[in-house]
Amino acid sequence: MPLTKQEWLALEEKASELRHLCLDTTYWAGSGHIGGGMSIMDMLTVLYHKYLNIRVEEPLWEDRDRLIVSKGHAGIALAPVLVDKGFNDPEQLKTFNHTNSKMGIHLDANKVVGVDASTGSLGHGLSIAVGTALAATLQKKDYITYCILGDGECNEGSNWEAAMTAAHFNVTNLISFVDRNKCMIDGPTEDVMGLEPFVDKWKAFGFIVKEIDGHNIKELCETIDFALENKEAPVMIVANTIKGAGIDFMEDDYRWHYGAIDEEKYKKAKASLDKYCKSRKERAEKEGA
Amino acid sequence: MAGLTYTAVESTALSTAEYYGKALCELGREHPEVVALTADLAKSTKIGMFGEEFPDRFFNVGIAEQNMFGIAAGMAKAGLVPFLSTFSIFASLRSADQLHTDICYQNVNAKIIATHAGTSFGQAGSTHHAICDLAVTRSFPNLTVVCPADGMETVNAVRAAYEMQGPVYIRINRGFDRVLNSSTDYDFEFGKAITLHEGTDLTVIACGSCAFQALTAANFLDNSDGLKIRVLNMHTIKPIDREAIEKAVMDTRRIITVEDHNVIGGLGSAVAEVIADLGKGCAFRRLGIQDVFAPIGLHEDIMSIIGIDSNGIIDAVREVMKKDFELDDDWEDEV
Repeated sequence: MPLTKQEWLALEEKASELRHLCLDTTYWAGSGHIGGGMSIMDMLTVLYHKYLNIRVEEPLWEDRDRLIVSKGHAGIALAPVLVDKGFNDPEQLKTFNHTNSKMGIHLDANKVVGVDASTGSLGHGLSIAVGTALAATLQKKDYITYCILGDGECNEGSNWEAAMTAAHFNVTNLISFVDRNKCMIDGPTEDVMGLEPFVDKWKAFGFIVKEIDGHNIKELCETIDFALENKEAPVMIVANTIKGAGIDFMEDDYRWHYGAIDEEKYKKAKASLDKYCKSRKERAEKEGA
Repeated sequence: MAGLTYTAVESTALSTAEYYGKALCELGREHPEVVALTADLAKSTKIGMFGEEFPDRFFNVGIAEQNMFGIAAGMAKAGLVPFLSTFSIFASLRSADQLHTDICYQNVNAKIIATHAGTSFGQAGSTHHAICDLAVTRSFPNLTVVCPADGMETVNAVRAAYEMQGPVYIRINRGFDRVLNSSTDYDFEFGKAITLHEGTDLTVIACGSCAFQALTAANFLDNSDGLKIRVLNMHTIKPIDREAIEKAVMDTRRIITVEDHNVIGGLGSAVAEVIADLGKGCAFRRLGIQDVFAPIGLHEDIMSIIGIDSNGIIDAVREVMKKDFELDDDWEDEV
């Protein structure tokens, strides 16, 4: 089903709300991995508000779709999404990173409702996702496993072990994304440890690769629709994104991998997000069918 | 436990890992949610026996241990009960991060049956000797750590691992173990030491293949020296049987631990921690690999060289018996 203009606008509105909630959470926490949180926010929005077959009232429903956020430091983005969805008490966001909070930088699946895997040590998520996807096939269940990797994370060799396995067992009930924001803690990915030719690498490992704009809701939906139909090989969506997308003074700056937000920065960021989200909605209005 | 009692004839015909393979196949027949994974060691670890019987429930992920542990965690989260097998050195070190985070932190229901434990793959050298796996795994919360004495005990441990919810690490040897148990029909429970020989002069606490050696030593010392040695088969390293250790301190006041592992971090350390917590004086010695890399050789030769065979235990007992660790015999004045 092609994305209607109305759906697109609704998803833009939701993405805007969630970006603001992620910023608020970072402000309440004092600091956070906001750069890489903002870069996957459109993926999370589309998944949680269009694709994931999940039940808020039954979070561990065995037939639910799974999402493994392998870049576990994006908890600052996932937590607001799960709270907004109704899985967790909104007050918990105000305690993010506080002593004895249920929510820390890397979300604990045994503490935060709706989290499918406790990630944080990089290079683990794709293997876990392959495991749940293989389990679904074995149990003759038709749920889909989604996985979001960071690009810097792809330095970890274990991802490529998992990639080989996904191709070897033709795990097509797994749909993966790489958040290609081209930044990691110590600098641009190509300076710290080059990943290019990145798309070719995934292809060489047996994936069908789609390279898209990870901030374009329409493209994201079209690509996921393609992946859901595909049974030829596992799909990797290389989503080109911008670290800190929506907050002008953070955008494409690797130093915002993790950063502190004071009141002044918070206000500036809020204003920038308003502007960014407005222009995104205008685009949807113009280009939506 | 009907149908699980193997005959003594079989016990001499099968390697310890083959007992594991048989036990896993039995579990597979009874429980469709049991699946098996290996990293190109189907034949060596005998998990391949399950693969032959249940090819659809068997996943060989190639030489990729980290990936195997992650996949198992995902499968366990989806309701399967994965059994993973590779060599102990790789299970505890190569994929330690995944074991720690994906399996133990998430507290998933995965069972690691790690073969070629200790120096049992002696000729392969230190790249394949697992001399620190107990130290590593013992420090991971949620993980039950088990070192069965022989094939029959391995069967009991594998079944007990299935019966409990949560991650379990079982280390078993390559090849044939000396037979301590002629059947599976005895009281086996994780966390409960088994008294192999009663005594009041000294307690030898052993695990794995050292349990048989300790019993042999105790029988010899009974006959030759008139010493009454208590022998505990401490098959579960975590949770350790604190009660049995505390009782050994109070009853015998001399303790020797024996393990095919570095003396740092394994059974000896676990026992030492309990003794220290107890605050009662006790002559104590840890037999095992003395914080060196072990030599290359046949397993039994290495056990002899590092002093964890019956001769090594006999020598250690005689030395510790000479130790006069307390003069006044008054326990009440101690902490």
